[in-house]
Amino acid sequence: MPVKAAPVEVNIGPQHPSTHGVFRMVAKIDGERIVDVNMIVGYLHRSMEKLAEERTFTQNIPFTDRMDYLAAMSGNLGYCLSVEKLAGVEVPERAMYLRVIFAELQRVASHCMATGAFINDCGAWQTPVMWCFRDRERVLDLFEMTCGARLTTNYMRIGGVAFDIPDEFLPALDKLINDELPKAFEEYEELIVGNEIIMMRARDVGVVTPEVAINASLSGPLLRSAGIAWDLRKADPYCGYDRFKFDIPVGYNGDAYDRMVIRIEEMKQSLRIIRQAVADLPDGAHKTDIPLALRPPAGEAYSRVESPKGELGFYVVSDGGPAPYRWHVRAPSLINLSVLREMTIGQTISDAIVTLGSIDINVGELDR
Amino acid sequence: MPHPKTVTLSGEAVAARLRASQPEAVRSATEQYVVLEPAGMYEAMLFLRDDAELDGKFLIQLCSVDLHTRMDMVYHFASLAQNHMFQVKVPCDHEKPVVQSIAPLWAGAWLQEREVYDLMGVMFEGHPSLTRLFLWDSFPGHPLRKDFMSLPGGLKPGLSQFPKQKEGQTGQEFRPQRPGTGL
Repeated sequence: MPVKAAPVEVNIGPQHPSTHGVFRMVAKIDGERIVDVNMIVGYLHRSMEKLAEERTFTQNIPFTDRMDYLAAMSGNLGYCLSVEKLAGVEVPERAMYLRVIFAELQRVASHCMATGAFINDCGAWQTPVMWCFRDRERVLDLFEMTCGARLTTNYMRIGGVAFDIPDEFLPALDKLINDELPKAFEEYEELIVGNEIIMMRARDVGVVTPEVAINASLSGPLLRSAGIAWDLRKADPYCGYDRFKFDIPVGYNGDAYDRMVIRIEEMKQSLRIIRQAVADLPDGAHKTDIPLALRPPAGEAYSRVESPKGELGFYVVSDGGPAPYRWHVRAPSLINLSVLREMTIGQTISDAIVTLGSIDINVGELDR
Repeated sequence: MPHPKTVTLSGEAVAARLRASQPEAVRSATEQYVVLEPAGMYEAMLFLRDDAELDGKFLIQLCSVDLHTRMDMVYHFASLAQNHMFQVKVPCDHEKPVVQSIAPLWAGAWLQEREVYDLMGVMFEGHPSLTRLFLWDSFPGHPLRKDFMSLPGGLKPGLSQFPKQKEGQTGQEFRPQRPGTGL
């Protein structure tokens, strides 16, 4: 006799390792399959957009660290570019190259974290994530050497960067990008990319088609896994990215495995960019002097950077005062979740965890 | 890619293209953006998305700005194929802000419109599930509005007590939805 069962609600998160922070989803399951997903966010909401309206443009830079705390340099960079666009501040050549070096190092650190956590979500408990953490630590050591902080760097300034690099930085960087990280990426290739278990686990899970990806405003590795070669470093170059040679890794299936492979490939491309930037690193000032209470002319500006998570945009409105009149952050972590419901319906819970892990959200940026 | 760097279309160019098809849709245009009439904005947005020349298939972001006398909805669109972007604004009333939802046109607008509703109080007609995104349902007011602190009820900077907290309440009542109690 067929039995009709009522759907069961399963509460995933907010405090669960696989939700990458305090993200919560309530899955309705019928048997093994998910029939509906409700996302509940806001556990880490700190109202940064409101707080920023009370602080000067320079005082807002630390907020951008604390949004995507795994990619603080990218947040710093995006915000400083938007204010520079609004106020018309010129950046010295050396500062531009330093920004590129640190943004790309941050991309390596963030992608290491994303890859490790993703393998963790696939069920390979702890060992791969520790490998990835080991390499992320090496990058954070360089951050500490330069600006004293490992996580919330607060390194970029409007008009340049806060400090010039110390003398011991370039030898350490050379060792990192020419010896340690390439060896680590070879290990990743053996452990992860060519691993048959991971392939079986992540292939055809969380598939996103190009049409859906564009319609849902996806960006970053999620968009590129669907086969769209869209990278703002190529499409809308900032900080002189058009001077460097690098490739955009693209996937074809749009599944979780593609996204992970794209991240590992992007780390190698980042090293290529850093090598070119170090070779061409010009001398000169690392910062333009700007007034402490910068007063950009009344107006508005939108500027965007390719952060490790996707397109990170800042929309700044000024009324001529020392603080932004309105500050809006286009957070890729939030917008990339637009398709989570469509992706997870019909999956099992274990696949939904893999799907969420492959999107690579950061709740600090999602909730702001 | 046609352009090595993203081209920002001027508001006048977008307005001219839009007026050719929908003469009533445009209110005004500047170099930076085009302002649409709120009444026919859904049809105009549909045109912006499907027109071959404008090709605004990628909604970069949407947000709102409180200008004390009115609310402005700000939309940024891009074409990934032609590598250009343009900016659109839709004004609405300050006290009772209502605009038409574009979530049926762009799946990416779904969460962002919920965010704008939550923090700015703009209502979206035709949105499939317009609920608060970050804050809990009983939160008083919409905090990104410029008049939030002068709302009736007298919220002061620093929040000496939990909003709406009465004697005997611990604050636990205001947590986001809890497991086991349904949604």
